[in-house]
Amino acid sequence: MSGIIGKKIGMTNVYDDEGRSVSCTLIEAGPCVVTQVKDLQKDGYRAIQLSYDERKEKRTPKALKGHFDKSNTSPKKKVAEFRKFRDEFTGTVELGQVVNVGDVFQEGEYVDAISNSKGKGFQGVVKRHGFKGVGDATHGQHNRLRAPGSIGASSYPSRVFKGIRMAGQQGGKRVKVINLRILKIIPEKNLVLVSGSVPGSKNSYVVLEK
Amino acid sequence: MSDLIKEVEKEFLEKESKHPDFKAGDTVNIHVKIKEGNKERIQQFQGTVIQRRHTNTNGETFTVRKISNGVGVERIFPILSPSIDKIEIIRKGHVRRARLFYLRGKQGKAAKVKEKI
Repeated sequence: MSGIIGKKIGMTNVYDDEGRSVSCTLIEAGPCVVTQVKDLQKDGYRAIQLSYDERKEKRTPKALKGHFDKSNTSPKKKVAEFRKFRDEFTGTVELGQVVNVGDVFQEGEYVDAISNSKGKGFQGVVKRHGFKGVGDATHGQHNRLRAPGSIGASSYPSRVFKGIRMAGQQGGKRVKVINLRILKIIPEKNLVLVSGSVPGSKNSYVVLEK
Repeated sequence: MSDLIKEVEKEFLEKESKHPDFKAGDTVNIHVKIKEGNKERIQQFQGTVIQRRHTNTNGETFTVRKISNGVGVERIFPILSPSIDKIEIIRKGHVRRARLFYLRGKQGKAAKVKEKI
């Protein structure tokens, strides 16, 4: 197995052996259930689907319930697919198999965290792209402080190039943070402590992947 | 704060309880472990505590100020850091605020903190 689904709990800091303070994020990960095994013949690619977090039965559509019934588990809230699994696990993965943090990761390993970032709404270029703004606050100026400035030349090319950074929606999209070190695993409580920050708010779902 | 976070911090918070209780204004002697290659030795830093920050969290730090060869030196220590071997309280100070930044502008006798009796 190459990953697991979890929930962000919050951040704190711990000290390493050399006495340095390390910022870290606590994630409650698993136990997840294998709800589908995709193979080359039927699906065209190999993957394992994991499901996490109990869902109320009456809030589950019948079609979805049928999907979970196939692997003999209760309905779950979050489903994710893992394609990067190592070959040695092929064939040993069965429907309904329970996956815990301890089975997947070891302390000291590096993982990637995928989650939806916090939504910031429609933001200007200063916040969204780190522009410095154009003018002064004083000396007779009144509306250029956080402006983007020029967005291109005039008669040639007579258009704005694609990809020019402008104001728009910031955040609220899928973000992957790579190479977070696993500092600690507490298997009894299904907890993983990873170095650094993870996108999203507390209680948001996080996919951890090797 | 979440109980689960406390679970992680517990290990370090227990460590702090072995340090004595001190406040801004106290004169303390800090024994700091220093690694040189694969040898470890203890260095001492003695001075006046001028503030404690982020108290009751895992990231609590305190600032110690001393005058070394006529130059003011301040050092910030994370209180839970494993590199702090020991904290000795040399003198309790009588002060009326929690942050003693006013000491920075003072020299000699004016920079002294009265002893608490």
